[in-house]
Amino acid sequence: MKFKSLALFLVISSFFLTCILSIWKVMSTLQGLNFTNLNIAQIFIIGIFLSLSFVLIGNKINHLMKIISLSFIFSIFYFYLNETSPYWYIFGVFLITLFFTNKLKKYTMQSLKEDFITEKVTFDFITLFGIVFFAFVILFPFYIMLVTSFKTQIALLVNPLDFSLDFSKSLTELFKSYFVIFETYNFGRYILISSAVSIGTVIITLLFAIPAAYAVARLNFFGKNFLSSSILIIYMFPAIVLVIPLYTVFSQFGLRNSIFGLLIVYTATTLPVAIYMLQGYFKSIPKEIEDAGIMDGQNWFGIILKIIIPLSLPAIASVALYVFMIAWNEFLFSLMFLDSPKSFTLSRAIQYLSGDAETPRQYLMAGSVIVTVPVLLIFVYFEKYLVSGLTAGSVKE
Amino acid sequence: MSISLSKLEKRTAYALVLPAVLLVFAIVLFPIFANVWISFKDIELKDIRIPEPRAKKIVKTISDNGSELKVIYKLRNSSLIQEIRSVKLQDKFPKNISPINLDARCNFKSKKIICDFGNWEAKYRENFELIIKNINGEKIDKDLIKSKKPILSGKADNPLLTTNFTLDNFKKVFYENNFVELLLTTFYFTFFGTVGAIIFGILAAQLVNQNIQGRTYMRGILLFPYVGPVVALAYTWTLLLDPNSGTLNALLVNFNVLETPINLLGQKYITMNILGFEFKLRLALTTVIFFEIWRYFPLAFLFILARLQAIPQTLYEAADVDGASPIQKFIHITLPQITAIISILFMIRFIWNFNKFEDIFLLTGGASGTRTLPINVYQQGFAVSDIGMGSAVSIVIVMLLISFMIIYFRLIGKKANEV
Repeated sequence: MKFKSLALFLVISSFFLTCILSIWKVMSTLQGLNFTNLNIAQIFIIGIFLSLSFVLIGNKINHLMKIISLSFIFSIFYFYLNETSPYWYIFGVFLITLFFTNKLKKYTMQSLKEDFITEKVTFDFITLFGIVFFAFVILFPFYIMLVTSFKTQIALLVNPLDFSLDFSKSLTELFKSYFVIFETYNFGRYILISSAVSIGTVIITLLFAIPAAYAVARLNFFGKNFLSSSILIIYMFPAIVLVIPLYTVFSQFGLRNSIFGLLIVYTATTLPVAIYMLQGYFKSIPKEIEDAGIMDGQNWFGIILKIIIPLSLPAIASVALYVFMIAWNEFLFSLMFLDSPKSFTLSRAIQYLSGDAETPRQYLMAGSVIVTVPVLLIFVYFEKYLVSGLTAGSVKE
Repeated sequence: MSISLSKLEKRTAYALVLPAVLLVFAIVLFPIFANVWISFKDIELKDIRIPEPRAKKIVKTISDNGSELKVIYKLRNSSLIQEIRSVKLQDKFPKNISPINLDARCNFKSKKIICDFGNWEAKYRENFELIIKNINGEKIDKDLIKSKKPILSGKADNPLLTTNFTLDNFKKVFYENNFVELLLTTFYFTFFGTVGAIIFGILAAQLVNQNIQGRTYMRGILLFPYVGPVVALAYTWTLLLDPNSGTLNALLVNFNVLETPINLLGQKYITMNILGFEFKLRLALTTVIFFEIWRYFPLAFLFILARLQAIPQTLYEAADVDGASPIQKFIHITLPQITAIISILFMIRFIWNFNKFEDIFLLTGGASGTRTLPINVYQQGFAVSDIGMGSAVSIVIVMLLISFMIIYFRLIGKKANEV
């Protein structure tokens, strides 16, 4: 039993070490290092020795001393086996091994005798592996997007694996793609249009949604139940089935290629979610506060303006941010309604750029960085509000 | 007193709700019904403009001293399929000018020419000539004549409002459009995209729900693909997967995993050989499904995580006392607690994946066997320019959606209220 759990521990821990070292190797390859072999078997075997010596040493020496010395020995071994690698790469290997051995802290020969230890070991390392895996899979495309925007098409065609940045170049050289898309492709204008459309959508949506949500949450009227249940159904209906009729009607009314046209479509498609999110919050405000307002002789306008809005600012903020992100990221309607470069939004402009096969990829990626960075910044900064918004408005993209 | 108060309340409520309801009705509900109308019409993209009479004015000098000019109006019907009725042209001229060869259809009175052309059939074209002279024999200012624009008017039917209907669009949708394959592709994409996103969502939520360092950062990072703009993400993946100089293929070739790059987004089938069984995998479709999972598992993750965090810790403590293994704890405590949210997520994601357009459009444009129903709406309506056909496909989508929703509310509608 003990031998079985020890063997399992060695195999799983070593497998995990092999995975993170392979990711490190792949990332280093993308910095221009010339590795052509992952040497999985080799790392796996020395990883087993590392884990084995870790549990064998046990508590005989101080933990910190133990992990530093073990990682050091491991790195030297590794260096001998991969002689051509530069020192920063080996230093990275050392840090990874340090992290790995630190994670092994709770395992000793004694602890491997506990109940369910095989499942616990498996779960522990699957968790670690999962986190590394998810972080890598998610961040890698964003990393490639960013570094591609600093490279040139020719350099990438010569060596598609060299994403190292040459910091000896001047800043204007390094940021050349960004200068080009602003000067040649007019991205300044598109940023303005996208911002105007998104902010405009937020304002108009709130203007329409706050009163409606208040009525649904508080007032009694015929058709209220029908309304509140149809909200849910309406936002199940997809944009793609609206496109053809809207396109024909907008063509006849001359609303295509106009920011106004986009604004009303975006407002109408985000309104159901906004009303749904807001009415839920309004219902949680104690009715007594409003009654006090009615006593003071406030009409509904005064109640909404002076009582409801100040009390529900967090909910309004999350609706506003959520609607902003939907409008900023929206693509389908901007593809259908805008065909003059004068009225492009950022998303549409990038799609237009990609339509020309001659466009170098670094421009495309620089444009992508420009459209992505504002949303990610807003998201990171206001994550708390947005997460509650996302969960409430779950049904809508 | 109380009656008037409740009346007032009703009136207020309608005043508050009406603007939002009207807007949503005009932009969301009206088009769904308009689709039904359009889908029964034989109408193409070029027909949607209301036909109008157009004229281009050309001025030529024909006498030596410039006192006589020839004015040519290039007249045409802008529509290729519809006639315009009682077309009238009106143009103004300066003082002291009179026409020499006035057409019978026209009248020249007080510096104005008014012509009545009657009906113009579709594609109608005419070069209408008019020779004018100055009564005093002086030179006519050519630019002045040119600068006046003729005014045309005429009556034409809005091609969208005519009442000739046809069933051809639906016949074409079902018989000439590879309908079965279209439907199968849509269902593959929807089903595997949904299931994959939920499985990865459960895994990620289970991971983040452990006591690990940097848990809040991890939650933020996991949501990046969901909040990022689809255009940027789709093009980044297209670059990563590019067969010629894409990073992924270059890496796989570099580490000898592959001998030659594979075109993950451009190859319809790949032959796989597993345990001696050979089968064909829909390669491009699979890649698109993986992109879809990558982009939408964060949403499933967020919901399941919220549910996991609401499970009372005492349940797990009790299980520990009973000596339950981690797998037993997951199966007997965690899983029953998240089945309700998973069934809701499944339906929501199923419907949304079913309607997904942008992701597939940006990655493959619907080529290499990734043509789904929403892509087909776009292709029929805008690439082939057959608006009626596009609408008919939209109607098929709406009908399928309505049946999904009926199933949803029958099966798990009650559960949704409990959560």
